[in-house]
Amino acid sequence: MVVIESRNLVEVQKVRQVYGKSGGPDLLVLDDVDLTLKENEIVGLLGRSGSGKSTLLRSIAGLVTPTQGVIEFPKIEDGQRATVSMVFQTFALFPWLTVLQNVEVGLEAKNVPPTDRRKRALAAIDLIGLDGFESAYPKELSGGMRQRVGLARALVVDPDILLMDEPFSALDVLTAETLRTDLLDLWSEGRMPIKSILIVTHNIEEAVLMCDRILLFSSNPGRVIGEIKVEIPQPRNRQDPTFRALVEQIYVRMTQKNDDSQPRDGLFPGSGIGMALPVVSTNALAGLIEAINAEPNNGRADLPELASGLLYETDDLFPIAEVLQLLRFAELVGGDIKLLPAGKRYALADVDERKKIFAQQLLSYVPLAAHIRRVLDDRPSHKSQARRFHDELEDFMSESYASRTLKAVTQWARYAEVFAYHETTDLFSLDDPT
Amino acid sequence: MVFLSRSDGKHRHFDRSLAPRLAGPSWADLAAIALVVVIALLVIVGVGQMRQPLTALNAAPVDLQLLHLPEYALLSTLRMFGALAASLIFTLTVATLAAKSRKAELIIVPALDILQSVPVLGFLTFTVMFFMNLFPGRQLGVECAAIFAIFTSQAWNMAFSFYQSLRTVPKDLDEVSRQFGFSSWRRFVRLELPFAMPGLVWNAMMSMSGGWFFVVASEAIAVGNTTIALPGIGSWLALAIERKDFGAVAWAVFAMAVVIVLYDQLIFRPIVAWADKFRFEQTASRERPRSWVYDLARRTRLLPSIIELLLVAGRSLSALSWSAPPGRQTLRANKHIIRVPDGLWIGFIAVVCSGASLWLLRFISTSLTAADIISIVGLGFATLVRVAVLIAIASIIWVPIGVWIGLRPAWSERLQPVAQFLAAFPANVLFPFAVVIIIGLRLDPNIWLSPLMILGTQWYILFNVIAGASALPNDLREAARTFNMRGLQWWRQVALPGIFPYFVTGALTASGGSWNASIVAESVSWGDKRLQATGLGSFIADATAAGDLPRVAVGIVVMSAFVVTLNRTLWRPLYRYAERRLRFD
Repeated sequence: MVVIESRNLVEVQKVRQVYGKSGGPDLLVLDDVDLTLKENEIVGLLGRSGSGKSTLLRSIAGLVTPTQGVIEFPKIEDGQRATVSMVFQTFALFPWLTVLQNVEVGLEAKNVPPTDRRKRALAAIDLIGLDGFESAYPKELSGGMRQRVGLARALVVDPDILLMDEPFSALDVLTAETLRTDLLDLWSEGRMPIKSILIVTHNIEEAVLMCDRILLFSSNPGRVIGEIKVEIPQPRNRQDPTFRALVEQIYVRMTQKNDDSQPRDGLFPGSGIGMALPVVSTNALAGLIEAINAEPNNGRADLPELASGLLYETDDLFPIAEVLQLLRFAELVGGDIKLLPAGKRYALADVDERKKIFAQQLLSYVPLAAHIRRVLDDRPSHKSQARRFHDELEDFMSESYASRTLKAVTQWARYAEVFAYHETTDLFSLDDPT
Repeated sequence: MVFLSRSDGKHRHFDRSLAPRLAGPSWADLAAIALVVVIALLVIVGVGQMRQPLTALNAAPVDLQLLHLPEYALLSTLRMFGALAASLIFTLTVATLAAKSRKAELIIVPALDILQSVPVLGFLTFTVMFFMNLFPGRQLGVECAAIFAIFTSQAWNMAFSFYQSLRTVPKDLDEVSRQFGFSSWRRFVRLELPFAMPGLVWNAMMSMSGGWFFVVASEAIAVGNTTIALPGIGSWLALAIERKDFGAVAWAVFAMAVVIVLYDQLIFRPIVAWADKFRFEQTASRERPRSWVYDLARRTRLLPSIIELLLVAGRSLSALSWSAPPGRQTLRANKHIIRVPDGLWIGFIAVVCSGASLWLLRFISTSLTAADIISIVGLGFATLVRVAVLIAIASIIWVPIGVWIGLRPAWSERLQPVAQFLAAFPANVLFPFAVVIIIGLRLDPNIWLSPLMILGTQWYILFNVIAGASALPNDLREAARTFNMRGLQWWRQVALPGIFPYFVTGALTASGGSWNASIVAESVSWGDKRLQATGLGSFIADATAAGDLPRVAVGIVVMSAFVVTLNRTLWRPLYRYAERRLRFD
């Protein structure tokens, strides 16, 4: 095998990103991240939401300045450095500009003369399969067509690196697949001017389908926990056993607990009442318990299979599975999720019985819920301002995390009838509406 | 260059759709040319009028010859647009400054907030004197004062809306423009201005509606013993009142109606239809606003070419990179450096403000005692009672009617423009009719002058309620029907919560407008007969007529305090409540 020396386009060294408000605790988003992007490769940044992968992409795009670390673009041919261009998850098209004008916008900013601009924009539109839509406005287009405009706009400025931030996650499954295939075709046929692609995704199959190299990110804080080379030749087949095996392997890596060097009491950042929790509806929790309990799973299910069976993206399934784990309804073993005794009892119980079981688990394993309940029990009025707990949480986490955590706990407690919440007065209480 | 252009005719279908049509001039072109020429001529004639010295005005004072009425209507309209242009310039500069500079923001935003709720009619005395001194002996000075009065009724809400738009530019579009390295100018024309456009157009429309009221009020103005009547509908009306000429008042009403319909059809509807493309939405479900003038303009060949010509100038401007692209921003590092001067800046502002207040206090205290001020506050309460009662009565009348109309699309489509027309119609033109009735029937002016305050502003309640009721989701209405909800339950649980946010908007506008209107509505005359209601409005009107500046100043301060307090303690909490609890999304 001949090893071709490829040049580095970007070198990211020891990048750290901290967000924080003055006086409050800082939120570490990226911790000590290294990354090198070479010529002729598609690299995927794969991780859960909150793993800082989008932040890393934005640092490379120059939209965010890292708190620490270096992002370097080494000199490549004739002393030029690599240029970047970005495709956005939300498409980010100007609704008041036509398709053609949207594509021309980047050239306009570079002061390319109008005739030249028009010519290049039309060529890009042609390449990306948007012929005939030149004078349409974005709102007249379907999601897939809009993302094609986003792609043409990024390509027309002739970048060396194409940065893609979850480019297909706002699209329906079929449209996303078509766009992926088209992009891969253009890439393998060398019809795009770019030298490499860096793509952020939370979709494991997408990463395996497209990338030559995948960097796995852990969340809270975002770290690179592994690098996986995908050596399956293109075009790849999702049903191919090696493909499936690789997807399974990544699932296992992603569901593993965080590295042991930093002990934590669970899956969520923070500990005790300062644990930051995701908002997951009790219906989703009940639904997942039932799905694991049902035939053919009988209490133990393979997460990727479960996800595709439920028509879920795995990223959407992770938080639900993790809350189940927190409440000790289930545990994650390898790539599998297994019901614990409480989960089994829950699955078989009727509505009232379920609420009782849920209340028990909630008070035992979610410290914040137990804390609020204790305060309410202690007070003669059995009432307390929710604001107070919010402020308490803000000692541990950012304001938005605090709101989310409190919202999650309120929702669960209301379902379990552990305590009530009244929105207009912003009061927690032990009242039952009668 | 990487993309090779293909000139193999693949794009022919596309070229055809973009290239100008090759047909000769159409009837649309002729009509458009005629329209443009007429408007240009009118502007030239009007501006020529305004530049005359004041002595010419004295030599040929305003009269009631019907022949002159079109000319007067034209001049009033030009003043309106002059003020609108000034408001736009103010908005684009000041609001942009507030959005871009923290230091400017600290002053501009609270100032706009206060100015929005200050009774601008009260300032007329000061501004007329200021501008007459600026252009001594020339009509231009008085013109400027009138235009400035209208400006003060228009600019603040436009600037506020623009500022808020600039602060809420969507994050992803902001990132696109930064990623492509847009210059500040290009960012402004490509991103910020288009994004702010719908809000700006809507607010300009609201401002214009309010503006007609001030045109009428500011053209004929008496400060102390000087009376100046600029040629215009307002002066015509003042003269008609002085001479008890009923026919002339009726003509003024007619002229006003014609002018408002024309400006709506020729100017605003096309702009609204055009601005529709700037709405920040990703779906095209709603029905688009239509305008025959806009359709006409788009059908012509000439107009697009003229616009193209203007755009070329704009493009060469945008080609210059006015400032270095905002590259990598170091957000954290700068924060602490900025903090310290911020404190100094706030301190500086505080010193200036308290200095100004002290000066004002000394100015007032030369001729007014504390007892005077207490009695003025008492007058404020009298006006407050009037405003509150009137808003309540107007709500009781218009909410059911508005809901009824709003739930019937066929009706609301026809009546919504009528309600908007009524809101734009300057109610002060109608005052003489009311005065004649009150005098004829010997009614108590303290009670019966009050409805005049809300005559023009009640329509804001009506058209907002209509909008709210027509926005009531259909499935909700169907659910209510399925469960057989009716009568009180239907109102309490379906209709009222549904329209509440809209109602608050309408009532807020109506209440603010009513305070302002009280200055003209609490003190009216017909010939030599004068009717007065006890209140803060008539107090300010009297002080203005007497040229007693300290009293005018106190009156304005007290009224502003009332309006600001009311906004803070009543309307804003209601608005927040509506935003939080009663929204359909």
